[in-house]
Amino acid sequence: MKEITASMAGTVWQVLVAEGDTVSAGQSVIILESMKMEIPIDASEEGTVAELKVASGDFVNEGDVLVVLK
Amino acid sequence: MKKVLIANRGEIALRIIKTCKDRGIETIAVYSDADAELPFVSEADYAFRIGEPPVAKSYLNSDKIIEIAVSEGADAVHPGYGLLSENSTFARKIEEAGIKFIGPDWQTVEKMGDKIIARKTMLEAGVPVVPGTIEPVADVEEGVKIAQSIGYPVMLKASGGGGGIGMIKCDNEAMLIQHFASSQQRALSYFGNGSMFIEKYIENARHIEVQIFGDSFGNIVHLYERDCSVQRRNQKVIEETPSPFLTEELRNKITQAAVLSAKAVSYTNAGTVEFVVSESGDFYFLEMNTRLQVEHPVTEMITGIDLVGWQLDVADGKPLSLTQDEIRAAGHSMEFRLYAEDPVTFMPSPGSINQLILPENEKVRVDCGYKQGNSVTPFYDPMIAKIIVSDSTRESVISEAEKFFSDLTIEGLKTNAALFQRILSDEQFRKGDYTTAFLAKQPTKK
Repeated sequence: MKEITASMAGTVWQVLVAEGDTVSAGQSVIILESMKMEIPIDASEEGTVAELKVASGDFVNEGDVLVVLK
Repeated sequence: MKKVLIANRGEIALRIIKTCKDRGIETIAVYSDADAELPFVSEADYAFRIGEPPVAKSYLNSDKIIEIAVSEGADAVHPGYGLLSENSTFARKIEEAGIKFIGPDWQTVEKMGDKIIARKTMLEAGVPVVPGTIEPVADVEEGVKIAQSIGYPVMLKASGGGGGIGMIKCDNEAMLIQHFASSQQRALSYFGNGSMFIEKYIENARHIEVQIFGDSFGNIVHLYERDCSVQRRNQKVIEETPSPFLTEELRNKITQAAVLSAKAVSYTNAGTVEFVVSESGDFYFLEMNTRLQVEHPVTEMITGIDLVGWQLDVADGKPLSLTQDEIRAAGHSMEFRLYAEDPVTFMPSPGSINQLILPENEKVRVDCGYKQGNSVTPFYDPMIAKIIVSDSTRESVISEAEKFFSDLTIEGLKTNAALFQRILSDEQFRKGDYTTAFLAKQPTKK
């Protein structure tokens, strides 16, 4: 299990992956919006999306888990 | 005019409150849950909570804001900048409620908000526009054809965008193809308008804008230029006036073009005509901002005119108090936008302002929306304050600014204050020799 967390507080603008998708290292999985800026959140290693913890429009704090990979 | 509702937040709400107080006008603030502790809420005569922190649930809730304006008996609404300031539907609904919108009429807001229509209007009026498409680009194939005829690099822009949002530079065909669909999709979801257009990218350009003002008697004047070439992510960081680049001849030409632009739409109230200026001094209309600009204070400092005061007068049906010949500029002024962001990566850095000590300096005006102990939340623009330094010459402005930033104490979050110190010591900047590429070219030293 590998967790992808928010690098800063913001609102989830786009969720770019679905559960069951395979992702590669460096691939953007979520785009946050913070202070009028889009912040892409990337997978640090490859894996399969086991669980999406957030949906578009959710507010997240720095360190919150966004996506769980297996 | 006895009572004004301010449909905005932070420093600009405070700025408007200040002029209203000077004139004995009562003010109504509206605020989101995230802003309840900010100074503008307590400084206003009346304050109303309008909703949760996200702008869609608060500062963009036009019906709620208008409802408060009506029930509180506001005579006028000042929209500030950003948020609803260039929303023609908001402006129209306010007028329909029998309240004065402090800005141009809603038809002009609508016309200039559509960048394709704005380009066409200016072209017809004889104002040079950036070479590019006149009609919306239908699809990516047409875009590729057009870009080929213009020559790369090009700027792909959303007609509903503006203010540096909704645009991307494409260096070649592959990039244009890669970005077309996603940019169009984004424009549709952000601005409700998927129309795209393509402009020639002007290399080594400067971004110079002209402050204009019109009244309801047909008088239109300019209040000189502001050079806004120091930018990151197409967003301004430092603005100054006069521009160190313009010759007197070019200044005359560009200010005249701005007046022509304003006359083309019978402009009333405060507006800004933005131009991109090439190395060789050719200039082209970029867009018109139908509102008070963030960087308006530098113009106030060199002209001695209270622009918010002029806005209130024009909205109140009074003529401009000065003619073009009576508007004089003296000295030099520079504005630094203090952002809550990493000074190297420019990434946002929300947080709490644990300590804020602003050095006292008679040459420095600080327009700040926060006080010590407040939080800069992730919901809004990262600007904490505007540091406006004014003196007789550009050299002395730079040295006063260096003094200010070396004495500034702000703790609890990252700010770009260190970036200003780097820029102020940069030889090219000190010579006034910089373009919009200036920050991108800065070495990223730690």
